[in-house]
Amino acid sequence: MTLTSEEQQPAPANGGGRFLDVRDLKVHFPTDDGLVKSVDGLSFHVERGRTLGIVGESGSGKSVTSLSVMGLHKRGAAKISGEILVDGQDVVASSDEEVRRMRGKRMAMIFQDPLSAMHPYYTVGDQIIEAYRIHNDVSKKKARTHAIEMLDRVGIPEPDRRVDAYPHQYSGGMRQRAMIAMALSCDPDLLIADEPTTALDVTVQAQILDLIRDLQREFNSAVIIITHDLGVVAELADDILVMYAGRSVEYGTAEQIFNEPEHPYTWGLLGSMPRFDRERSTRLLPIQGSPPSLINVPEGCPFHPRCRFEQNTRGLAKRERPELVDTGRGHFVACHMSQAQRQQIWRDEIKPKL
Amino acid sequence: MVAYLIRRLLATIGLLFVVSVITFSIFFLVPKWAGATPDSMATRYVGRTATADVVHQTAVRLGFTDPFYVQYADWAKGLVAGRDFDMGTSIEHCPAPCLGYSFITAQPVLPDLLDRFTVTFSLAIGAAVIWVTAGISIGVLSALKRGSLVDRFSMVIALAGVSMPIFWTGLIALSFFSYRWGITAVGGAYTPFTQNPALWAWDLMLPWVTLALLFSAQYARLTRAGMLETMNEDYIRTARAKGLRERTVVTKHGLRGALTPLLTIFGLDFGLLIGGAVLTESAFGLNGLGKYAVDGIRANDLPKILGVTLFAALFVVIANLIVDLLYAVVDPRVRTK
Repeated sequence: MTLTSEEQQPAPANGGGRFLDVRDLKVHFPTDDGLVKSVDGLSFHVERGRTLGIVGESGSGKSVTSLSVMGLHKRGAAKISGEILVDGQDVVASSDEEVRRMRGKRMAMIFQDPLSAMHPYYTVGDQIIEAYRIHNDVSKKKARTHAIEMLDRVGIPEPDRRVDAYPHQYSGGMRQRAMIAMALSCDPDLLIADEPTTALDVTVQAQILDLIRDLQREFNSAVIIITHDLGVVAELADDILVMYAGRSVEYGTAEQIFNEPEHPYTWGLLGSMPRFDRERSTRLLPIQGSPPSLINVPEGCPFHPRCRFEQNTRGLAKRERPELVDTGRGHFVACHMSQAQRQQIWRDEIKPKL
Repeated sequence: MVAYLIRRLLATIGLLFVVSVITFSIFFLVPKWAGATPDSMATRYVGRTATADVVHQTAVRLGFTDPFYVQYADWAKGLVAGRDFDMGTSIEHCPAPCLGYSFITAQPVLPDLLDRFTVTFSLAIGAAVIWVTAGISIGVLSALKRGSLVDRFSMVIALAGVSMPIFWTGLIALSFFSYRWGITAVGGAYTPFTQNPALWAWDLMLPWVTLALLFSAQYARLTRAGMLETMNEDYIRTARAKGLRERTVVTKHGLRGALTPLLTIFGLDFGLLIGGAVLTESAFGLNGLGKYAVDGIRANDLPKILGVTLFAALFVVIANLIVDLLYAVVDPRVRTK
């Protein structure tokens, strides 16, 4: 069993209420090949003004989690259980119509590829106006003024002219800015950014991340940033959730995850990250093997076939799934090795190589 | 834009030239290779008892004795500048654009053609309205309720609609609605729109529905496939993420993307249909262009055949031009800077 009780989770840093509280979320897709357990018992929470980074490889369940929070899974196709409390209202238990009313206003989303995520036949302005008018009963003219303001706010030059351009007339970075303007047009309390910089130029990536951070401060919203890029998380996140095979393997503050990571998978992720402050010749340390099929998740610890330290558990990792346990100070780790052992390996073996 | 239109216009003229040359060639060169002489070709257009002298005079009058290129030049001149015809007893002037006189009836072709065109156009426009409305609604419904009973039922009907030949469905429809139940005019009828619009629509209802059955089946399948594809696009997910009602997501965001490819097919279908819905016109006794063409071919009446061929080609070209221009309206990505 994973965490369900309040005490087991990291305490919110600012003492405020949890704006988003996900409890024991399971998202399963029945397919012809078997049951795909994309998310299998996940719990986390975000407060207003805080940023949670969710990291993990492709297929670890990051995007499925975010779509569940938005209530965007088809009722028939996905079997969802657990609780997703957005400001106290449970998305899982609410009706389609109730969730629709929440979308865009309570929670909004920025997608990975802004070119395919914006409708090619409508102007950027029309798409922002449409988003704004769903939740605000205003005239088209007022909404247009608002759209121009939003475009200006996200740093689009000549917004009063650009508002009438089509997405294909924007550059990649501008499209993502427009996408952010659209998502923020109704002043949402929770913003989910699903790989917001993956499709962008490296030079533009930093600008977009800065923009998200600035806007978060301005609107005091809760932000979830989903990525496989630890650099992005290092830039933005207050808290980090490391996902593997639809589960959380490590969860703590950004300082804890970067400075004293305790899970072998997190070590692997850190080792795979290129660093500017190292010699060019230093090789990266990739994680061997590939992520497991979500239909046949390995028994025991799902990471054990790829784990270099599996023998330290004397076979326990092959048999039993490790619980996500608080090691103190709100740092959660799901690993069979003892904390002393993990800290020792990190200190002596891993850290010097990074 | 103007340059584009001029380019398209020139291309159209070139195309019509090629079409007319090919039609001319088939009419004159193929019999010639088979051993026909000008006189033997002219025998078709005189009475059975005509003397060799009369036959020869007819061959000269119709221009069969001239070389192939002179005949074509004469015909083309008539189209651009008008032309005088020796009718035996008098000289008739045929003003441009002159498509010539029928070899059989000695009547000018163009007025006939325009007359027949209104019938075919009436048939095509009504049927198009029905098939576009029915086809798209059924397609959307099937796509949204994919795998449901509604979807399966309508797709079976669509398959049947595509498979059934129009001369069969047409006759079946006539036998019930017209002969057995007497709801519509016996054997089919046609009232010009200018005379009585209500009767026009009433008389054409059966041919419309019959023709639309065939096309709506095809359009339903195309719409369904297009909708299934667009509803999986990322921008549909974005539309939902904004909090739009599902109905708006489907109609404003989904259908808009799915309909664009249909526009191309519609242009082609409609243009082709104007060239003659031969089977429908024959089944319902409508004197349209298709029937005119068939009559011309049966009687070896070159001016008629040429006239219909050119008309049909012109309409396919015009329909495609309109579609191309509409494309720029519908899809901002194809607009020129």
